[in-house]
Amino acid sequence: MFGPGIWRMGRMLDMFPEMTRFQKDMNRFFSGLTQEYGQQHPPINVWISEDDVLVRAELPGMDPGAIEITTKGDLLYIKGSREPEPLEEGCRYHRQERGFGRFSRGLQLPFNVDQQKVEANYEKGILQIHLPRAEEDKPRKIAIKSE
Amino acid sequence: MDQEYKNYEKQPAKEPAQSERTRNTRIFVPKVDIYETPETMVLIGDVPGVDENSVEVILDKNVLKIHGTVDPQESQGRRLYYAEYEVGDYQRTFTLSEDVDREKIEASVKNGVLRVVLHKAAPVAAKKIAIKAG
Repeated sequence: MFGPGIWRMGRMLDMFPEMTRFQKDMNRFFSGLTQEYGQQHPPINVWISEDDVLVRAELPGMDPGAIEITTKGDLLYIKGSREPEPLEEGCRYHRQERGFGRFSRGLQLPFNVDQQKVEANYEKGILQIHLPRAEEDKPRKIAIKSE
Repeated sequence: MDQEYKNYEKQPAKEPAQSERTRNTRIFVPKVDIYETPETMVLIGDVPGVDENSVEVILDKNVLKIHGTVDPQESQGRRLYYAEYEVGDYQRTFTLSEDVDREKIEASVKNGVLRVVLHKAAPVAAKKIAIKAG
């Protein structure tokens, strides 16, 4: 539905989890078909500065090779799949709370990124993507000439 | 924002008393899968942000307690722009219904997934008691 690009307000951060939860519920309510993972998997946090964006996602138990990250202009896509635990012979589940399956999500960033310099690493189940701002997208300071 | 004004009045204690933590961080309940095989009980929990040095698995009598500490990663002067998840510690306690072998508990953490394998205690072999004639 709405990408994060719509929430370009820094001061409403306290409300974010509540709002995204509501949005998630609404999406689930209207989508009818439910996937194994919802639209909003993995959960992400985004930090920005003048020159770059830092995206972190909670993705426990993934094979780093199975995560696919693509960028285009100011868009970032994260795709992947988590395999279910292989069942052993004669085992019986007491609880099954962890999700699995395919997920994919797109994210609109506040500016275009330099595709050559995007870096990603995966540690302790957290995916971190560092996206520097494209040089031609940076604001240019205009010198004022005076007589 | 949380502490705009402090409440100076005495606060009534909750009954029964709940333990509080000294660190003011959020605590989350990790999602777990638990399955049982004829010899073992396996617990798999999603604990993103936890590694082998920051997780504790404690078995006290038949209570299994999992506690994982997550260090918030710094953002190097960037400002938070959009947030969907919060960072905090993980804690969850289970009461086991079966006896487990205390010497043979294996726990490992890989890519933010905790895996605890508990071996069931061997059943006590039946012993035939000789009956003496009185």
